[in-house]
Amino acid sequence: MALLEISDLTVEFKTGGGQFRAVDSVSLSVDKSEILAIVGESGSGKSVAMLAVMGLLPWTATVTAKTLAFDGRDLLSLTPRERRRLIGKDIAMIFQEPMSSLNPCFTVGYQIGESLKVHLGLDKAARKQRSLELLASVGIPDPERRLTAFPHQLSGGMSQRVMIAIALACRPKLIIADEPTTALDVTIQAQILELLVSLQKETGTGLVLITHDMGVVAETAERVSVHYAGQKIEEQPVRELFADPHHPYTAALLAALPERAKGRRLPSIPGVVPGQFDRPPACLFEPRCHFATERCREKAPPRQGAIAGLALCHYPLTHGRPVGHPHPEGREIAA
Amino acid sequence: MNAPVALEASHLARFYEVSRGAFRPSATIRALAEASFVLEAGRTLAVVGESGCGKSTLARLVTMIEPPSAGRLMIGDTDIASADHAALKKLRSEVQIVFQNPYGSLNPRQKIGDALAEPLLINRKSMSASERRAAVLDMLKRVGLRPEHIDRYPHMFSGGQRQRIAIARALMLRPKILVLDEPVSALDVSVQAQVLNLLVELQESLGLSYLFISHGLSVVRHMADEIVVMYLGRIVEKAPREKLFAEPLHPYTQALLSATPVADPDRHRDRIRLKGELPSPFNPPQGCAFHPRCPLAFDRCRVERPELAWHGETQVACWAVDRDSAARSKAKPGVA
Repeated sequence: MALLEISDLTVEFKTGGGQFRAVDSVSLSVDKSEILAIVGESGSGKSVAMLAVMGLLPWTATVTAKTLAFDGRDLLSLTPRERRRLIGKDIAMIFQEPMSSLNPCFTVGYQIGESLKVHLGLDKAARKQRSLELLASVGIPDPERRLTAFPHQLSGGMSQRVMIAIALACRPKLIIADEPTTALDVTIQAQILELLVSLQKETGTGLVLITHDMGVVAETAERVSVHYAGQKIEEQPVRELFADPHHPYTAALLAALPERAKGRRLPSIPGVVPGQFDRPPACLFEPRCHFATERCREKAPPRQGAIAGLALCHYPLTHGRPVGHPHPEGREIAA
Repeated sequence: MNAPVALEASHLARFYEVSRGAFRPSATIRALAEASFVLEAGRTLAVVGESGCGKSTLARLVTMIEPPSAGRLMIGDTDIASADHAALKKLRSEVQIVFQNPYGSLNPRQKIGDALAEPLLINRKSMSASERRAAVLDMLKRVGLRPEHIDRYPHMFSGGQRQRIAIARALMLRPKILVLDEPVSALDVSVQAQVLNLLVELQESLGLSYLFISHGLSVVRHMADEIVVMYLGRIVEKAPREKLFAEPLHPYTQALLSATPVADPDRHRDRIRLKGELPSPFNPPQGCAFHPRCPLAFDRCRVERPELAWHGETQVACWAVDRDSAARSKAKPGVA
């Protein structure tokens, strides 16, 4: 039984222009000591899906799911009190902007101690002891002095280390990291990712890594789930995904990376991600897809089997060639 | 090597006075300690470095938003220090900038057409309204937007389209040099590719010179002809693109390259781990600014600052590189 089990998760927001479906029947599962990466561009619903797991969405959101279970417990039927006992203890989250996720009014020591006090009921001396251990384990030099530091006295990398220390405080079973290194410089990003992965290996927690950076995915993840406009469109182990992407979007996304480019012109994806008011009726990627046909415009694509990477597509690709497609060379689309 | 020079900076520097409270003397930050480089016409020079290395300060100096504290800046063959008001005004229209954040750099209450016409309204006073409109429509077409976009407001566009508008606005006065300050780092990958393609096309059709500022090495590898790596206000390595990626010499460049994630799960490598973080620019380390984090640092690095020295096609400021190459060719006297 998987640690986190999600099937058919849908999140809708009430907006001025009607209901907006940010997450559309997404199914995912994360096992113990596994790293799952969720990749997608902005608007792909990757963060919202995980916020729904954490129960951190505002009241305008409606969350429905067939299953949303963590460690065998149904998250949807939890009372707020039960949820508060679980969140921050067994599931912890690390957010994108370390500078703004720490409270500027309290010291680092206080903020780490907070969850130790609430969830584990440790006394003051034990809290200090554990905070020191945590700061040392995330590689902060001179932890004794840092305990009394305020967030503004720390750099971005240091703040993110503190955030990781807070997330690890109660030895969670699952860590959700939402773009943990996007706001950081490359050399610091490398340090933080390495730290996160080594801590994850040591403690055997499950890790969900939300990111838009294919480089980060390639270097850290074990399994990758690709999202587009709220839907999960493909899921594969990392090596297979990069070697043979099955959904045209994944293939186009990988081809658009400057480092994979062959010539001076990048093979870009024309158009933009559909918004609330211009959602295509059937396949959401159809207007931008190189291989779209009449069928893609009329009939919602089926979920393919595991061999085709669970791709949500009528004509999943195999080594760049669409299977069962009437014109496998594709079409030209104006940008 | 002998292409006409679009821009030449020698020993360019910019210091800022920073107040540190009522009872402490104000401090001087050397945001840009020293930079010398040449941008050849029609080519792309990329400036790479992490936050705090002075790359945005460099952009502000080159676009003449701020005067340099020291050093000389030549644009074309005019020295900006000796240029009079009229000459400066002309120079300013020749160097334009595109900023990182397309959401913040456009006035939300101004229609796209007006935003694009504004540079003409100020700098080409003899132009009639219909000529201006024609110029705006022409530029919209060049950057891949449609004529009906002229009457829309910035909020009606996506991030990629806004960046196209920002590029269009920068090009209205037909500049020779375009400073691109992280032009694609706020954009998604699929849109980023569109904007990079547009920049390549425009460079070819208009003969522009780009000063491309970025922290992303994969984008730089795609765009640049020559690359300058900066650390704490100084240039540490300067090399042609192929050379820099094939054979980085400075330990910081090597670390930067090895830290950049590559979208290839099969690539195994020994990552060079940098300890610690960027030191405070208030008191940069003695000697080589990089020595506290450098895996190759030895005694000399702690006391004496290395200057850029030639090693083949590359210029590097590093004692360890100097020492190694001196050891390799004993006959040659040590490079100082």
